[in-house]
Amino acid sequence: MITSAIFGIENSGTLAITALLTGVALVFLALWIAKMISPRSFNPQKGEAYECGIPTRGESMSQFKVGYYLFATLFLMFDVETVFLFPWAVRMRELGVDGLISIAVFFGVLVLGLVYAWRKGALEWK
Amino acid sequence: MQDFSFLTTWLDNSLRSIMPGWLSVTVECLLVGVGLLLVYALLALFYIYYERKLCAAFQCRLGPNRVGPWGLLQSFADMFKMLIKEIIHLNHIDRFLFALAPYLVIIASMLAFAVLPWGNGLQIIDFNIGIFFLIAVSSIGVLGILLAGWSSNNKFTLIGSLRSGAQMVSYELSIGLSVITMVCLAGTMSVGGIVQEQENLWFIFKGHVPAVIAFIIYMIAGTAETNRGPFDLPEAESELTAGYHTEYSGMHFGFFYLAEYLNLFIVSGVASLLFLGGWMPLHFPGWDAFNHIMDYIPSVVWFIGKAVLLSFVIIWFKWTFPRLRIDQLLSLEWKYLLPINLVNLVLMVLIIVNGWHF
Repeated sequence: MITSAIFGIENSGTLAITALLTGVALVFLALWIAKMISPRSFNPQKGEAYECGIPTRGESMSQFKVGYYLFATLFLMFDVETVFLFPWAVRMRELGVDGLISIAVFFGVLVLGLVYAWRKGALEWK
Repeated sequence: MQDFSFLTTWLDNSLRSIMPGWLSVTVECLLVGVGLLLVYALLALFYIYYERKLCAAFQCRLGPNRVGPWGLLQSFADMFKMLIKEIIHLNHIDRFLFALAPYLVIIASMLAFAVLPWGNGLQIIDFNIGIFFLIAVSSIGVLGILLAGWSSNNKFTLIGSLRSGAQMVSYELSIGLSVITMVCLAGTMSVGGIVQEQENLWFIFKGHVPAVIAFIIYMIAGTAETNRGPFDLPEAESELTAGYHTEYSGMHFGFFYLAEYLNLFIVSGVASLLFLGGWMPLHFPGWDAFNHIMDYIPSVVWFIGKAVLLSFVIIWFKWTFPRLRIDQLLSLEWKYLLPINLVNLVLMVLIIVNGWHF
């Protein structure tokens, strides 16, 4: 049988915060140890960007392809709609036919969005 | 089925008998933290060894075999080597974001790690929205990778992180939709509840064809999500040196390396939770003797065994398929996996409504 939470801690939020702090502690401690035992040497060449051997030309934080924005926007749209599907998925059996009809309309809009983006050529990487 | 909660209950009771309540909760949280840290580090080291040995086997090599018996201590040696390497201070970076990025990547994998069902009574975080929480926290990792690439102020890292961001963000949709398909079948989002639902039969058998399709899509999307295998173009060595972590050195780089291997475990762990029953032993309705024998194998062994087996499949992908181009990668997701996934969800709903599932 499924048993209750570990150590009988009812509030899972406490445990989530514990896990978060554990992550922070791991990075902090490992970096601290590394700083204590690793060697240090200074050389002006060391602080340069990693390139083929010659200094970088131009700005590195530069403009990039607009396609990345396009896919990020599409992702945002679909991901938010996925979030709305989750609560329905949990209560699907209880909600019955009414829920099915409403979600079918919602789902239709989602599919129409995908078809629109496809027809407009937003899914092509040019 | 062995129930490991007797251990934690016993510890809880003995702690409560010698100290006040708030202190015992603090001590327990500390214990959980130390336990998480140990399992996290050991599993990452094991996975590095496992992958190197498997790569070697696929390429007819021996792999690491000098440090310790069968090279077992190789990844420990590597870890110590990484600790004593100098962390180089660069003078052209955004210092705050550069330092923040490894924290985000590790926190994302640590939180997702704590949600996994380790065994009967050994699950750490058990929200009623467990699987949703898992998807939410694992997307923090994308932020870390984008920040790492941007703050390094280097062209290789910028391109690497953008590719990685586009890829992880796109494939997250497929992961989300295949998870929704399985949540429909389970009727609950809590991780413990999903495992409990599979007591009679694992979901991959229970859900007919849609569950199998969802499983295949999940494995493909999971491989892409961990930036591995045929989808490793964010760190395509021949064009981008090391992708988004080119400028990181020493232990700073080690965190990205650690998180990458842990994400491999988390993806296989979630796949085993959703499709292969989490820690639930293999049960078939009606086969009482068989079910009883299967119960003798401890639940922790079941969970880790399934996860390691699924990771084997993901590593196998890596050595079987050539690397994709970015346009092929995005069209695979948006033109194939996403429409198939949407149809698959409708199929699953039809099966549940008609009661055709087992």
